[in-house]
Amino acid sequence: VTPVLLAVDPVPWARAQMAFTLAAHIILVPLGVSWAFMALVANYRAIKKDDADALELAKRWSKYMAVTFAVGAVTGTVLTFEFGLLWPNFMDRYGAAFGIPFAIEGLFFFLEAIFIAIYIYGWKRLKPWPHFWTGVPIVIAGIGGTASVVAANAWMNEPAGFSLDNAGNVVDVKPIEVIFNNAFPYETVHMLVAAYLVGGFLVASVYAAGMLHGRRDRYHKLGFTIAFTVAAIATPIQMLVGDEVARWVYNNEPIKFAAIELVPKSSDDVPETLFGHLNDDGTVSGGIEIPGLASFLSDPADGTSTEIEGLDSFPEDERPTTGEANVVHLAWDVMVGLGTMLTLLSVWYGAVWLFRRRLPESKWFYRAASLAGVASVLAMEAGWVITEVGRQPWIVFDYFKVKQAATGNEGVWVTFVVIALLYLAVAVTLVLILRAMSRRFRAAGEAQRDDDAPYGPRPVPSTARPREKEPVS
Amino acid sequence: VSDVIAVVLFFGITAYALFGGADFGAGFWDLVAGGAERGDRPRSMVDHAIGPVWEANHVWLIFVLVVLWTSFPEAFGSIMLTLFVPLSLAALGIVLRGSSFAFRKEVYRTSSRRNFGAAFAISSVMVPFFMGTVAGAIASGRVPAGGVAGDTWDSWINPTSMLGGVLAVTVCAYLAAVYLVWDAKRFGDDEMVEYFRRRSIGAAVVTGVVALVGIWVLYDDARYVFDGLTSRALAFVIISGIGGVGSIVLLVRANHRGARIAAVGAVASVVIAWGVAQWPYMLPETLTVSQAAAPDPTLWTVLVVFLVAAVVIVPSLGLLYVLDQRGLVEIEEAAPRN
Repeated sequence: VTPVLLAVDPVPWARAQMAFTLAAHIILVPLGVSWAFMALVANYRAIKKDDADALELAKRWSKYMAVTFAVGAVTGTVLTFEFGLLWPNFMDRYGAAFGIPFAIEGLFFFLEAIFIAIYIYGWKRLKPWPHFWTGVPIVIAGIGGTASVVAANAWMNEPAGFSLDNAGNVVDVKPIEVIFNNAFPYETVHMLVAAYLVGGFLVASVYAAGMLHGRRDRYHKLGFTIAFTVAAIATPIQMLVGDEVARWVYNNEPIKFAAIELVPKSSDDVPETLFGHLNDDGTVSGGIEIPGLASFLSDPADGTSTEIEGLDSFPEDERPTTGEANVVHLAWDVMVGLGTMLTLLSVWYGAVWLFRRRLPESKWFYRAASLAGVASVLAMEAGWVITEVGRQPWIVFDYFKVKQAATGNEGVWVTFVVIALLYLAVAVTLVLILRAMSRRFRAAGEAQRDDDAPYGPRPVPSTARPREKEPVS
Repeated sequence: VSDVIAVVLFFGITAYALFGGADFGAGFWDLVAGGAERGDRPRSMVDHAIGPVWEANHVWLIFVLVVLWTSFPEAFGSIMLTLFVPLSLAALGIVLRGSSFAFRKEVYRTSSRRNFGAAFAISSVMVPFFMGTVAGAIASGRVPAGGVAGDTWDSWINPTSMLGGVLAVTVCAYLAAVYLVWDAKRFGDDEMVEYFRRRSIGAAVVTGVVALVGIWVLYDDARYVFDGLTSRALAFVIISGIGGVGSIVLLVRANHRGARIAAVGAVASVVIAWGVAQWPYMLPETLTVSQAAAPDPTLWTVLVVFLVAAVVIVPSLGLLYVLDQRGLVEIEEAAPRN
């Protein structure tokens, strides 16, 4: 039986599905990595200073985390499947090397899943300090898990620690070199700081919006302060890290760098082009050019005489297409532009705190802060677009191309459509449910749900129903 | 080393069947619990039983996939290439199951709870079914090695795959019912103890019948595995049979702790029997374990990670289960703040 399916080239659909599911999953990643840390800050304060607001904050955050972590866990699982479903030849050929960081990631994911369960569900019956400590492994696992996954991605950019035999099979694997490849430290630090930056801004933006709506009680201010402080510390650090990473890319991944800076032909005194568009004939049109800046930033020691290799230095089938180069360049502008604005916002916050020892009072600050969550997510997504699209057409740089890696299943377009619809539904529901939870938390004194039972009737009189599921002990 | 890693892999598959499988099985009982009123209490039991532990249990699946693709990349690539359809459906089911379960806990309106509950319950049956068809496809030698795709449809719509799918669903339901008896007892709900006791006996009988029918299916359709089950894996088959029958007897006599051990033994031996019966093949009769294996340094790394996991993860999991069994971690009811 072979039902008639529209047979379509799977490669573009496989790329689209991978990009879409990754882009969706990565929004949840910063929450998984940094929210536990923020909850622990509140939790620590609650215990140390007997602060009821902080305690309530930590509790509620952990309840939101329970939902976002569940969605993050299953969307992450989809990615695990997709490595094989979409790129079976890649896994077949390179799994022996590429898989190693994931083996370690599995360890951290286990740890995270176990302790997040204990922490989230342990509020009622664990003692305060032991309960607090059950949250610490979540933070450690978040950092370790991020480093492991990013190590695998870094390996795709800077493959190391293996050689190929005549048949093209991976031999002589050196696990340490696979993990600690050249790109590993740069990508890992960049992503870890991003996780704290985005997580902080996302959480803070919700409280900023609440404060704009007049909810300026201590509870909201505390929630805002903890999250925004984390973000405001991470943001300037990220600018320095990003600068370092860009210079490393200039030195080590010249093709990607040529796409980033939109450099068609090798030359010195390369301008920094804001926006603009690369044409197929190798000219750049539109955009604002800042003379010599790209060269200067690439190597300040040599200044504007720094030579930058252009796209035409590389064979056409081994570099991003014109369209891809434009995508990379636009993503670069978006990332750096939003990063700069977020830095200014962080400086504003820091300056007010430094000189006045209080939160900013300007409405404009909170308007900006309530947009910072979305802005930081966009910046992070743009960053991943740069590294991924900038590596095209390779899946393992200089070894294996995306089109060689892809599955031959012509039905990929179907799974892409189904998964896109499912993810959209899940995303909308997730936001609605988080909002409903927040409203419910706020609605003090309102009838609280008496029973956890699914399908249970509305919680009418609480005495009408026996509390059958309470443990007897 | 590859043999050792193959054992590690099957250890992971067994753990996923015993822990993750029971969570899916709980979804099966949620599905058949009846209308909103009637199904209220069993569903509440399911919520409380799997709520704190399902994510940790789910990680065994990640463990299995990661060990498979790192240690036996050719087998992983071949399985994923041929079994694109059932594995995509399983992945979708996993998203649906996890998110709808998490969402259901946080909504109040009966209609919303019913919708999320239905999505949770149906996907809980879907996932083990499609995973079972995958196991059947591998066992019956329908996944060719070497980067060549087998038939998109026949590879998993065939007698052995259907057996695998149905058996996976019944095994999960059986395990879950036996565990839920225990949980109901823990929560001091005698009525639910009886409710799940009756159902676990029923599930055990159905699973046994499916397994017996399966012998003929395998004889006809998966000869290599059949021969293995009746020779080198025979001991495990017998243990499994004893465990299954034993658990029924113990359930009838209301020995819940004994029944649980017997059920775990029965299910674990079925999974192990499958592995032993396939030996030495990763993909029966086309790709052996040693042919599929990654270079030694990779395998050693996986082994070291596994040993670290044994030292770090096992005690952590133990902590979670102990806290869970003592009722120290539990789903809280939403408490509005004053």
